[in-house]
Amino acid sequence: MVEPVLQISNLVKNFGALRATDGVTLDLRPGEIHALIGPNGAGKSTLIHQICGTLRQDSGTIRFAGQDIGSLGVADRARLGLGRTFQVSSIAPDFSGLRNVMLAVQAKQGSSFRFFKPVMRDRSLIDTAMAMLERVGLTARARIPAAELSHGERRQLEIAMALALGSKAFLLDEPMAGMGPEGSKSLTRFLDTLRQEAPILLVEHDMDAVFALADRISVLVYGRIIATGTVEEIRRDPTVRTAYLGDHA
Amino acid sequence: MREIMIVTRENLINLILASLLLAVPFAADAFGQPFYITLATRIAILALAATGLNLALGLGGLVSFGHAAFFGIGGYVAGILAAHAFSGDPLVFGLPGSKQMWVIWIVALILSGLVGLAIGAISLRTSGVYFIMITLAFAQMVYYFAISWPAYGGEDGLSILVRNQFPGVNTMRPLTFFLICYVILLLALALFALIRASRFGTALQAARQNEVRVATVGIQPYRIRLTGFAISAAVTGLAGALFADLNRFVSPSMLSWHMSGELIVLIILGGTGRLFGPLAGAALYVIFEYALGGLTERWQFFLGLILLVVVLFARGGLLGLLAGKARHG
Ligand SMILES: Nc1ncnc2c1ncn2[C@@H]1O[C@H](COP(=O)(O)OP(=O)(O)OP(=O)(O)O)[C@@H](O)[C@H]1O
Ligand SMILES: [Mg+2]
Repeated sequence: MVEPVLQISNLVKNFGALRATDGVTLDLRPGEIHALIGPNGAGKSTLIHQICGTLRQDSGTIRFAGQDIGSLGVADRARLGLGRTFQVSSIAPDFSGLRNVMLAVQAKQGSSFRFFKPVMRDRSLIDTAMAMLERVGLTARARIPAAELSHGERRQLEIAMALALGSKAFLLDEPMAGMGPEGSKSLTRFLDTLRQEAPILLVEHDMDAVFALADRISVLVYGRIIATGTVEEIRRDPTVRTAYLGDHA
Repeated sequence: MREIMIVTRENLINLILASLLLAVPFAADAFGQPFYITLATRIAILALAATGLNLALGLGGLVSFGHAAFFGIGGYVAGILAAHAFSGDPLVFGLPGSKQMWVIWIVALILSGLVGLAIGAISLRTSGVYFIMITLAFAQMVYYFAISWPAYGGEDGLSILVRNQFPGVNTMRPLTFFLICYVILLLALALFALIRASRFGTALQAARQNEVRVATVGIQPYRIRLTGFAISAAVTGLAGALFADLNRFVSPSMLSWHMSGELIVLIILGGTGRLFGPLAGAALYVIFEYALGGLTERWQFFLGLILLVVVLFARGGLLGLLAGKARHG
């Protein structure tokens, strides 16, 4: 079997008396889309936060690209190739979409300790950033302040930034949320091609998208993974049906 | 620099401000009114100090309530180096003092930059109100240190008998000294503009807007902010050295929290993060102080009222009113 890109073992996270992550073991293999589904408050975002380092686990290990990353900071993990989008979009609102992506490009290129050359005349930054914006379909809106972008456009912008990092794995927290049916469809097509670039851990409530995209699905309920399997296995699983899918299956 | 060269309304206003500041002392010189030259020099130096703070506060969103420490350190560098040059006593490691401004400037830049690095290294581990308070606390430590250091005047401060020198010119001539300060201010503004447009400036401004976003692309906000804070401290320190030479006097009042507050007020009045915000703010402040200070002891009360209006109704300060919303690329 191929070595997984991301391997999470026995992860535990408590918020006071609430155990938001309860012994989660999960992996992400090269080329796959691994969907993480579960009811509101199950702990999906909390898990993503721990993988990226915005939250620190209480116990358990996180290995990424053959290295234990559980004690690294957010920036270090990002530099190793963890690209992520947030459930609530996280962008620099005063900057244009272009300059947001340029920030990611400059981080990828290496040093941010350059003090004199204007970025807006730096072709290497602009061209790479524009290429990423084109891939997510934001070219026409590139120069608008990010604060003025629609909810869906901000999701696209975040994905463009993750692309610009040359990520080795993508962690996407509900990228379809607020997209509208057309947006969801085109994003689904886009993610389908994205998996060739790097595997995706996809947190998503949109079951049409999940069933269309996922190679494997894990179901998280009250911080625990109650099932992992292919789309068919999960659809048939009786515990999953009662806990989450209900009539959707 | 093309961005800066483009004729926008803001650039036009900046040009007018810079020209006015230059024109007034020449006119005052022609009419034999040196007092107004001193006023303009004060504006230039305060604008320089605030331009330093504007790097941290305007670009980085770091509300330092301790920049008087750097301003005062620059002032004491000028005072102490001059005192040693005058007495002939060696300063440290057998090195002499100096009456050369450029030596003083370099020492002021380096020393205040290093102190900024040290203060920033600790303060930047906090944020929000804690950051404001801890920078204030550090500045107060420097303040009380200066007060309790009799060798350099303690509470009474330190006089600079003759203004320090610059090769080839007579710095005692008010117009000459103004021009020195003016050129340095322009250089600092150019530095600010360059940094703001650079990769580093992009990261610094992004860290202000969204710290997590910066970390998520793999840039450590702490390092970016610390570097920005140190550069900011160095520029404000340089202004302090000039301020001491303007007054030919340095005292702990340069280090007091009033001074820190004044610098913040200048920036808010002029327009936070705007290139010429500090100059607009300093001009407003000094003119206000001069015009109202003569009429009433309570001129600061009216300043407070103006500040309140700015904060409530004109967030962009004077430049925001005149030139509209800032553009960020
Ligand atoms: N910082 C925090 N402090 C305390 N409790 C938290 C914190 N973050 C999340 N929680 C709680 O942990 C649980 C899991 O939250 P989480 O946001 O991970 O759920 P989720 O699966 O992402 O839900 P959703 O589908 O609504 O996004 C919830 O009960 C939530 O209230
Ligand atoms: Mg969530």
